[in-house]
Amino acid sequence: MLLLQQLVNSVMLGSVYVTVAVAFTLTIGILNFLNFTIPTLFMLAGMIGWALAERGLPFGLSGPLPWPLALLVAVAVAILASLVVERFTFRYLKARYGDATEHAIPLVSSLGFLLIIENLVRIAYGTDSQRFPGPEANLTVEIGGLFVRLPQIVSLVAVLAIVAALSLLLKRSRIGRGLRAIAENPDAATILGVDVNRIVPVVFVLTGLLCGLAGVLFAINYGEVSPAMGDDVGTKAIAGMVVGGLGSIWGAVAGGLIVGLTETMTINYFGADTVQVAVWGLLLLVLFVRPQGLFGHNAIGKGKL
Amino acid sequence: MGGYWSGILSILAINVIFAYGIFLPVATGQLNLGGAGFQALGAYVAAYLSYNYDWPVGATLPLAILVAGVVGFLVAFPILRLRGVYLVLGTFAFAEVVAGLILNSETLGGAMGLPVPAFVDYGVPIVLAALVTLFVFFLMSTRFGLVMRAVHDDEVVSDLMGVDIRGVKVAAFAIGAGLCGLAGGLYAHTFTYVEIQAFNALVSINVLLFVLLGGTQTAFGPLFGAAFFTLLPEALRILLPDLQQAVASLFGIKGEVRAPDDSWRFVILGLVTVLMMVFRPEGLVTRPLTEKLRPRRRARLAGGEVAA
Repeated sequence: MLLLQQLVNSVMLGSVYVTVAVAFTLTIGILNFLNFTIPTLFMLAGMIGWALAERGLPFGLSGPLPWPLALLVAVAVAILASLVVERFTFRYLKARYGDATEHAIPLVSSLGFLLIIENLVRIAYGTDSQRFPGPEANLTVEIGGLFVRLPQIVSLVAVLAIVAALSLLLKRSRIGRGLRAIAENPDAATILGVDVNRIVPVVFVLTGLLCGLAGVLFAINYGEVSPAMGDDVGTKAIAGMVVGGLGSIWGAVAGGLIVGLTETMTINYFGADTVQVAVWGLLLLVLFVRPQGLFGHNAIGKGKL
Repeated sequence: MGGYWSGILSILAINVIFAYGIFLPVATGQLNLGGAGFQALGAYVAAYLSYNYDWPVGATLPLAILVAGVVGFLVAFPILRLRGVYLVLGTFAFAEVVAGLILNSETLGGAMGLPVPAFVDYGVPIVLAALVTLFVFFLMSTRFGLVMRAVHDDEVVSDLMGVDIRGVKVAAFAIGAGLCGLAGGLYAHTFTYVEIQAFNALVSINVLLFVLLGGTQTAFGPLFGAAFFTLLPEALRILLPDLQQAVASLFGIKGEVRAPDDSWRFVILGLVTVLMMVFRPEGLVTRPLTEKLRPRRRARLAGGEVAA
């Protein structure tokens, strides 16, 4: 029973990693771009959601907003920020230097954005972690002796639905075909009439959406946000993405869950301090033994070796 | 000289050495985002020997270089099989594993860290930084440096020309790791205390940014990048309050303004990074620029052409 409860907990923990890992894997799979702003977008959504629900609009324009509205606005802010990042890390560079996907330039640029966004949030809201004023009711339910928090079930279902929709979008829709064409070869896609400058922002909108959702779900589930909340989740999500195979969406789902499981089990048997070694050791092992990850051969685009 | 300025000189020297440690692999086309891991190795070797066995600095630093260099050599083989994004992730993961292992090691003090009895003033780091700079300039002028550039520019062609690509990459990575270890050892002896939180991912990111923004084509790049980005925050620390006061008085705000947040320095570093990537992604100091700045050599080259 205890083991089963641990399993449930690890799936719930993993669902946050899954959402962020899918955002990572999408950008790498299609644009071959390791976007280091993803953890900050996650954090941004959580912190903006908290600020709106607790303090209201900036400059005293309104009182505290109801928390569902605050979270909605927070997701929108994350998407907007993601589009700003797109403008400066990807589009501009591509216009000037040809196939920017071949260079480290967008990666370095996204490191710059990581510093900017994270420190602006610190300046605006301070460095302390804050209690998120979420739903008041006790939302823990008992199913067959297992304790599950309701928001966590909702987030897990929502995450799986999003990933399924995403996978369908990539397979079936016109935009999805365009994205897969860019993933294969941006130049050839351009020649064949794919409007790269119109389609690439779709990736960043999806990135912002996924990170924003993960951020607000995290805020509801754990009831706490901080400017540093992205660091830990971001690194675990990267680990999950690598384990699943770069560029593979369902691989990121599996990888995120595996990392969640590894973390819960490590804490259970070896204590909290060993989590970092276990998760990153797993990542290094996968990189050395099977760099394409568990599902790598199905991966889209240049992320595959 | 006050303690403030001698401290900055020490940090500057350490950062220059650290930047050269990352520059060597980057100059062969490998982005190393695990700098903090190698620096932590060097720092903890020096701290452990100094704390437990009372070794002098002259003995701890060579061992710090050796340990970081050997570990770099050993991980280079599996890690350099990876390329592009995978290599970045692999080096990043390496640093996290090192940090995790140190955090869990009781002999190394765990989360508490280790005190370092032996203190060095700014003289030692400065001299060593100068030596390291000369060493890297020498290295880049040798055949090995030429081969490094060739591997960076086109791996396939270098391979066809008979260059031992893997050997060059492993050597550059291992020497670089050794230099990171030296930077770590100096860090330990300068701050006389090591704790693993000081060697986090942000440190790896910052030093990689120093190198890339300075420019990776010549050995001037890291020197310039490290100096600029070490001194910029200090300059901002002095200038920002005045600047803020000026802006405040411009808008008619009277009286003392709250001192600006320390985080502004990182915002500015981030902004500089983004703008650099847009306008000059090859870094501030490039090969054509250094050629332009050496008029005598240019004159000689021009004269040679006339004679021919």
